[in-house]
Formats: sequence, structure tokens, C-alpha cells
Amino acid sequence: MSRYELLRQFADSWALLGMCLLFLGFVGWTFRPGARRHHDEAAQLIFRSDSDD
Amino acid sequence: MPATLAKSGGLFLAMIIALFGMAQAQDTAFAVHMGIMALAALIAALAVMKGADVAGQMGHDESVYDDAPVRWGVIATTFWGVVGLAAGLFIALQLAYPVLNLGLEYTSFGRLRPLHTSAVIFAFGGNALLCTSFFVVQRTCRARLAFPGMARFVFWGYQLFIVLAATGYLLGVTEAKEYAEPEWYVDLWLTVVWVAYLIVFGGTIIKRREPHIYVANWFYLAFIITVAMLHIVNNLSLPVSLAGSKSYSAFAGVQDALTQWWYGHNAVGFFLTAGFLAMMYYFVPKQAERPVYSYRLSIIHFWSLIFLYIWAGPHHLHYTSLPDWAQSLGMVFSVMLWMPSWGGMINGLMTLNGAWEKIRTDPIIRMMVLALAFYGMSTFEGPMMSIKSVNSLSHYTDWTIGHVHSGALGWNGMITFACMYYLAPRLWNRQRLYSLRLINAHFWLATAGIVFYTASMWVAGLTQGLMWREYGADGYLVNSFAETVAAIRPMFLLRAFGGGLYLAGALVFAWNIAMTIAGRIRAEKPMTETPYNPAADRPLPAGNLQPAE
Amino acid sequence: MASQPEKTGFSHRTLERNITLLGLCSLVAVAIGGIVEIAPLFWVDSTIEKVEGVRPYTPLELAGRNIYMREGCYVCHSQMVRPFKDEVERYGHYSLAAESMYDHPFQWGSKRTGPDLARVGGRYSDEWHVGHLKNPREAVPESIMPPYAFLAEKPLNAGDMAAHLKALRAVGVPYTDKDIEQANADLVAQATPDADIADLQARYPKSQGRDYDGNPAVVTEMDALVAYLQMLGTLVDFKAGEAQEQPK
Repeated sequence: MSRYELLRQFADSWALLGMCLLFLGFVGWTFRPGARRHHDEAAQLIFRSDSDD
Repeated sequence: MPATLAKSGGLFLAMIIALFGMAQAQDTAFAVHMGIMALAALIAALAVMKGADVAGQMGHDESVYDDAPVRWGVIATTFWGVVGLAAGLFIALQLAYPVLNLGLEYTSFGRLRPLHTSAVIFAFGGNALLCTSFFVVQRTCRARLAFPGMARFVFWGYQLFIVLAATGYLLGVTEAKEYAEPEWYVDLWLTVVWVAYLIVFGGTIIKRREPHIYVANWFYLAFIITVAMLHIVNNLSLPVSLAGSKSYSAFAGVQDALTQWWYGHNAVGFFLTAGFLAMMYYFVPKQAERPVYSYRLSIIHFWSLIFLYIWAGPHHLHYTSLPDWAQSLGMVFSVMLWMPSWGGMINGLMTLNGAWEKIRTDPIIRMMVLALAFYGMSTFEGPMMSIKSVNSLSHYTDWTIGHVHSGALGWNGMITFACMYYLAPRLWNRQRLYSLRLINAHFWLATAGIVFYTASMWVAGLTQGLMWREYGADGYLVNSFAETVAAIRPMFLLRAFGGGLYLAGALVFAWNIAMTIAGRIRAEKPMTETPYNPAADRPLPAGNLQPAE
Repeated sequence: MASQPEKTGFSHRTLERNITLLGLCSLVAVAIGGIVEIAPLFWVDSTIEKVEGVRPYTPLELAGRNIYMREGCYVCHSQMVRPFKDEVERYGHYSLAAESMYDHPFQWGSKRTGPDLARVGGRYSDEWHVGHLKNPREAVPESIMPPYAFLAEKPLNAGDMAAHLKALRAVGVPYTDKDIEQANADLVAQATPDADIADLQARYPKSQGRDYDGNPAVVTEMDALVAYLQMLGTLVDFKAGEAQEQPK
């Protein structure tokens, strides 16, 4: 198999599926319940000090 | 003192090198550019010797932010915005009235069009990104800018890049790759400035006094890194002479086309989207005084946006000689891109959840909401146009121009104006903006302008696309190309009218910012007469105009 | 300062707190698409099938092409005919990848404010081109093209063409040593009436030599630009796909 076909197959076959699954894993992981408090705190970060604007 | 001496000495040396380049120049344009560089080096050297605060040595107090480059950036954004929009209006009028090409080589549409696109994207948009990123990174990191001297170099070096690029276009110096027109030596200069930008931005994040890196900074960081990658790869070229302006692209044909649109599409994706989303993620919550709707959504938004965007470039090359699989891949990723884009839009809009009345009472919020609405519209339209069958009609027509401008005028323009309105009173310590009512006038001028612009371009694009492919009963093409040009001329006039309205709005904006900087406050009635209960001295709940018992 | 107990091991929080890691991960995320999509094209043989007739530009055509780029013609004219019935009938055979294999940079364009030019060569006379470029509305009343009369006034000052050809050879265009040696002479010869260009035509098949702009005394920028326009799309011999829209 030529290098072209190898790369091409990587681009539009199993690698796509793998990346999609990986992505779904990341999404699920970001939304895991344990992280809520941390994220809420991060969102408030820009309001914490009054002298900053 | 030795530092000043070394610096100014180095700058004088740079000036001499530039003058030498000018003397050796193979063509006039290169000589002009070396002259501009020599002049810039001389001015910088004199500024250093006069002891001006070019290195930001004053005010070592770590509790105060280093805002001088941000203030300059606000002024530069305003100035280049007006220049870029005026250039756009002029070339729009050239298409309606070709006599405006004036018969001169320097003022023909072909040379002025890159001037317009670069002025609005790189000068207006770029300065907005530079100054807001310096503002946001300091606040979210609770740290002064790292390397203040380098930050000033970034600002002035970027302005020099703009001047070199703009004068180059007028003189006919171009690599002839859209949105990457500057020639090899200007590209090298921008690379130096950009690396300095990364160092200042990254350095500030490293010295932060806040454990978490706020999401706006992720978007800024991805924008800086990706633009560096795109810029360097797409501009790989071989100069004919080290003392001449001409160079030849390292790539040819199909490879060059894909590299160019990988660059071109991601200039949109990372310069005009990721960078401006960074502005959105800081300034919308700040102006609304509410945290972003979902911080987790912003994380998903970030990773999926930057990962997907980079694949979408081939949709600019549908049905060309690019291999089919690459076209299909580009289409699939472009359609998928719709989701993170709308995720970001929803995240921005829903930040106002529970405070929707601000759209009525706060003209800056209203402008931000309009920007997000246009972001949503153009990120729906984009994936739709990337579908091959739609693209076969829309490609090469003014529909693309309409799409670009709904994004650029609606999203980039409006979010930038809103951020400048936010920044001006804070940076110059004014009580408030010169006028809130003028923001309102700006809002409506701009909105009407965008409507005229995009609607006329949609009609023009569809007309063109359909006329090109129209067959008569005899089985022959119905229209000659010239007939399709004549058919859309009224749309070109309407487009110029829309552009004129938008420019008028930008002039109102520039006036408002200038007066705010001057410390003036316009005597005017408040924006809203909130109904209130005089007895209880408190506002009435919305939707209930009768005083409650 | 947030005072959360730090978890051990990797978490997204680690990423959120480490700029180097954040930057690197972003770079990886954005690099994948480009590498997977673009890289294969550089190894592929089937992207660009060798097509009979495609050759590098002559020095005069190249100088004309540089003027085409300098004036920003690409912002309004494409050079890429798509494989649709209407386009093939209007402009000629759809474009092949090989036809732009020596184009540094490509000039496919993205907008047709004016018509496609991929196969404009030979469809109009030199006089038509010169008149149209000088005053577009005289040739086509509906035209909105800027006038380029100044091209006929400016003597062609293309610089050292040998240096241009050398730079192009360095990026992959197969110019021979003789092509480079002869570059400056070739440039003038191709625009001079009655010059001996047999050698030029042997090295650059199908190249045409004549005075293009109606002013045999000087080689002008107009000569170069028209020479370039007149060779566009003429190198490959397509039997099918005759253009339908004919010059007026």
C-alpha cells in the first residue's frame, strides 16, 4: 500500500471513528458531576475583585 | 542608561541595514518598504533616547495593570475600523461605478480589495484582539503584563506590519493568495511580532496569581498559536532576490490551493472566531454582570471548535481538481462545525438568562446580543453552503460575499464595538461613555446596514448562480456572462448603500470614543424611563404597570 | 485564590492550570486536521496525473502572470472550470489538476465577478484583448472591470528572468539550465516580431511569438499580460468540450 493510500485511509475511515469516540469520552468526562463545583468557581473568577476594571 | 544606549544603538543599526536594503533594492516597491522600515527604526530610536516610556519602566507597582498598550489599541482599532470600512465602501462603489477606478494603477479594484480585506481583518480585528487580550489576560491572571517593553514592541511592530502590507498592496506587492497577500519580508516581520506576542501573552499567564486559567485565555492562546502555524506554513516561499519584493510560493497547484484554503478558512476560524469568542467569554459576562451560562459547555466548545475548524478548509474547493475524498472530508467537518458554533452562541446568549431586560436597558448588551445572533446565523449559513450541492450554486457568486459580511459586520464588528464601548470609560477613568444614546444610533445604523448588505448579496448571488446555469428550450445557455453582470448592478448599489450605513454607524462610534477619551459627557435623557412606584421608591416588576398594593 | 484540595493524577484541571500543556494540547488538536488532510496530497501520484502538453511558463508568460497577480486579477476571475454542463459549455473542458502543477502560487480564484479565464487563450484576438484591457466598456458595455491602459505605456521591467526561473526551479519547476541561461533573451524574443524563436518553441512547445500589443517598438507590460492570457488553457489538447459562448 502506498503512503498516500495509508494516509488517506487514516483520514476517512477508522481514525475518524476513533476520534469521534474519544471526543464523546471527553464530553462525558467534562460533564461528570464531581467537576461542577470547580467549574462554577472558575466561572465566577472574573468577578472576584472590584478593583479590576 | 547603558540599556537605553544599547537599544537605541541597535535601532540605529537596524535603520542602517534598512537603508542599505533600500540602496540595493531590485524594485521600487522594495525600496519604498525599506525606507518605511528605516523611518520606523529612526522614530523608535529617537523615542528611546528621549526617555519616553517605550519600555514601560514606569509604575512598577504590581497591583496596577499595564494598560498603556490597551489604550493605544483602542485608538488603533477605532482608526483602522473607519479606514477599513471606508475602503470597503469605496470598492463597493467601484463595482457599481467603474469610473471610480480613476484609471490609475494604484486605485484599481484589484489592488484596493486586499487593502480593504486586510484593513478590516488584520488592522481593525487584529488591533481589537491585541488590546482586548492584553486587557483580559491581566485581569483574569491578576498580574501585570510580562515583558512590558516587548508588549510595546508587539503593538508598534504590528502597526508597522499593517503599514507595510497596505502600502505594498497599492504598489502591487502581493503573493496573490487571498488574505495572505503580504510578501516574504513582511511575513517574516509579522512572524517576529507574533512570536513576541506569544511570549508576552504566555509570560503573563505563567506569572499569574490565580490558579485557574480562565476560558477566554484558552481561546486567545489557541488563536495565537494556530495563527502562527497557519501563517508560517502558508507563506513558505522563495524570494527571487534578498533585495527584491518578489517571491514564489513553495507549493504549486493543488497542494498550494489546499494549503491556502486551510489557511484561509482557519484565518476565519481562529482569527475571526476563536479570538473573538475569547472577547465574548470575558466581556459578555462582565457587561451582563453574570457568570457565563455554562462553564463546562465552554470547555466542550473550546476543544470541539478548535479540533473541527481546521478540517473545514476544502469546502472552498468543492468540484475543483482537489481529490474528491478531501472535498467530502471538508464538507462533513464543516457540517459538524455547526454544533460547537451554536453551542458557543447559546452559551453566550444564555448568559443573559434571568437578565433579559438588559437588552432593553443596556445598549452595549443589545449590541453583544446582536453580535451573537449574527454569529449564530452565519455559522448556520456556512455549514449549509459547504454542502456540495448548495456550493455548486453559491460558489464564485456574491452569496459568499454576503455570508462573509454577515459574519464580519454582524459578529466581529458588533462584538468589537461593544468591547470598545466597555473599555473606553474604564481605561481613561471616565465616569461613563460620552453618550449612551449614540450607541443606540450606532446600533440601528449598523443593523440596517447589515440587512441591506446581506440581503442584496443573497439576491445577487442567487441571481448570478441561476443565470449562469440557465438553459433555454433550445438546449443552449440563455445568458452571456456580461448579461449576468448587468443583472446584479442594482444589488451592487443596494450593497453600497448598506455599507454606507454601516460606515456611518462606525463614524458615530469613533466620535463617541473620541469624546469619551476627551472626558466629555453628553447631556442627554436617560435611555429608558423605567416605571417605578414613587411611594415605595422602587421599580415596578416587569409587565405590571399598576402600582402593587 | 481558590483553595481546592488538589486531586492527584491527571484531570482537566491540570490542563486548565498549565499553560504549556494547554498550548501543546491545542496545537495537537489543530494540527491533526491539517496533517491528515494536506499531507497525503504531497505523496500522491493520483492527485496529479501526468497530462500530455503541460509545460512550465516561458519567461514572457511568467512575467505576464506576475502582472496578472500584481493587479489582483484573481480577486474577480477564477481559473478553475468545474465539471458542470453549463460551465463546460461556457468555458470549455473542466480543469485538470495537472494544468496548474507549475503554478506557484495557484490562481484558481474564489469569485467570478468576471468570467473564468482558465481557457481564455486563443478565444479572442490580441487586438480585442488590448482594446478590452485599455477600455473594458468599449469592448463589453456591461463590464465593470477597471481599465488597464497604463500597461501599454509601461515598458516591461520584469527584472532578471534568470533569477526568477532559478527560484522556480528551486521550488520544483523543471526549468533546464538552458532555459535559465536564455531566460532574458527568450523574454524579448517572444514579443519581437520575426525573431527566431524555433529554439524557444522547441523548449516550450506550443509557445507563440509575436508582437502582442500592436506596438512592435517596445516590449510593454501589455505584451506580457496578453501573452499570458493567450496561452491559458491552450497546452492540453481536449477533443471534446467546445466552448459555446463565442467572442462577440
